Amino acid sequence: MLLSLQGLSKRFGATLALDHLDLAVAAGEFLTLLGGSGSGKSTLLRVIAGFEAADSGKILLEGRDLAPLPPHARPLNMMFQSYALFPHLSVADNVSYGLKRDGVAKPERARRVEQALAMVGLEGFGGRSPQKLSGGQRQRVALARALVKRPRLLLLDEPLGALDANLRERTGFELRALQRETGAAFIMVTHDQQEALALADRVAVLEGGRLVQLGPPRAVYDQPATRFVAGFLGGANVLEGMPDGQGGFDCPGLGVTLRPAVAIPADCRACALRPERIAHLAHADRPNSFDGIVEDVAFRGDDSLLLVRASGGALLRVGHAEEDGPPPERGSRIALGWEAAALVPLHS
Amino acid sequence: MRRLLPLAGGAWLAGFVAAPLLVVLVLAISTAAEGVPPFDLPWIGGISLDAFSLVLTDGFYVESLGGALLVAGGAATLCLLLAFPMALGLTRARPTWRGPLLFALLLPFWTGFLPRIGAWIGLLRDEGWVNTVLENLGLISAPLPLLYSWPALFLGMLHAYLPFAVLPLYASLSRRDPVLEEAAADLGATPWTVFFSVTLPLAIPGAAAAFLLVFIPAAGEYVIPELLGPPGTPMVGRVLWQEFFQNRDWPTAAALAVLLLALLLAPIRLFQRLGTRR
Repeated sequence: MLLSLQGLSKRFGATLALDHLDLAVAAGEFLTLLGGSGSGKSTLLRVIAGFEAADSGKILLEGRDLAPLPPHARPLNMMFQSYALFPHLSVADNVSYGLKRDGVAKPERARRVEQALAMVGLEGFGGRSPQKLSGGQRQRVALARALVKRPRLLLLDEPLGALDANLRERTGFELRALQRETGAAFIMVTHDQQEALALADRVAVLEGGRLVQLGPPRAVYDQPATRFVAGFLGGANVLEGMPDGQGGFDCPGLGVTLRPAVAIPADCRACALRPERIAHLAHADRPNSFDGIVEDVAFRGDDSLLLVRASGGALLRVGHAEEDGPPPERGSRIALGWEAAALVPLHS
Repeated sequence: MRRLLPLAGGAWLAGFVAAPLLVVLVLAISTAAEGVPPFDLPWIGGISLDAFSLVLTDGFYVESLGGALLVAGGAATLCLLLAFPMALGLTRARPTWRGPLLFALLLPFWTGFLPRIGAWIGLLRDEGWVNTVLENLGLISAPLPLLYSWPALFLGMLHAYLPFAVLPLYASLSRRDPVLEEAAADLGATPWTVFFSVTLPLAIPGAAAAFLLVFIPAAGEYVIPELLGPPGTPMVGRVLWQEFFQNRDWPTAAALAVLLLALLLAPIRLFQRLGTRR
């Protein structure tokens, strides 16, 4: 393992920003830290970089404990959300700043700066002032500056957050290409679930300073472990209820008993059901189906989102694909159903 | 209201900046005369450039101008050197401490200027506190000539003008982005390197303002050199005072004042450019 975090805790006053967090990152891996505000994801990055000291726990980089090292002595680099480009230095001087600190000779420095700028598509921008660049160009300078020292580990704090939507997707692809090219491990903090799923080899979901789920994007999306992950990733419906002891799951909110494909643990109190896995039926006369009234319809471009009230009072988010024709009207009664495999029992 | 405000500003400038300057300029090209007031206005006695030619050719006046600039430059540099760590410390202090610390910085202003200079005289004179303590400790046998010396002059300047340097620096440093310093550290810069390569260069506009705020009033200062400085300190403020009130040569004094203003405009332009370069 390149980086290994063991029992990391950090407290700010009364709030526990990191709560005995364990996490290992392999060399060359792209890991995203996903979480809402206050989940501790940014704190975790700052603790790894050395800007905050952990209260307890270990940070091992290639087996070496980083805790006693100040930020400037840690062999990793960080890309900041605001990019943090030095306004008094040119683009080239910004990029060569770290090389200069390492005592790299001038001609070698110039060569590597040129190389790094070319890598991010900014050839010939070296003489400019960072303040005269567009947001996307500044983002690239920050990336070049962080990568020019060829770190084995790069920390990225919301690197796409300040870009507009179109640029964000393209830059995301470029980011991943750069990661493959350099072979560095990337740990990227984001609050954007699509970004996290699209870019990462593995997604780590944080909540309240704890790691609540860790896995490949598809696994985390398809098999959310907790209510929080189910809701945070893709806005799954969380159906509260109790196992009926015969392989079913009583869900009073829907007024039916759910029939999951997998065995339900006796202490399970909720199942996740993704909006896009729910289909329209002619009649709600089979297992895993129900009748409901459409309370609202929202057009989202590639599909529509229906809010459907079940007879038991639960309000479900239901996807309605464009190719299924116009969505039902508000106030109409519809029958909905899903495959047994769409139901995911949640742990907590 | 929106039209009135610039008008008020214009009136203020006209009344308190342009008009006095005009009076001084007219005085400078008047001829000296016996009587009250001790000059003939240009439209009575004719335009005279004698005062300017005297001030520019007599080594005494040129020296006093140079001395003033040197002392002011020295005082401003000293203030800047001391103010920088103070301002940086203020920005790094806990927020609850910042108010009291700023208050302490401004506390000397609550006492009059002359009593504070008087206190320095009391401390530094031959029978003063410093010499008495040193003598009683047996460290010296005869009093040190502390008062009426260059160190005493600069001590007084530093004491009087330090807050003027700390405040603009504090304002500039407290607006800096701490993430820039973190980025520098992340790229391998030690705390000292961070300071010299990021914090200091970005504080140059604030430092320029601090330097000017000390330099300009210090150049015309005459009380501190008179009361603490070595005898005959060639400072223009002192010479101006003597010309006006002792020699009663108003045209010469006015010409000297105009020259001082012209000399001060050069560094002001220079520092303004430094301040707005970014």
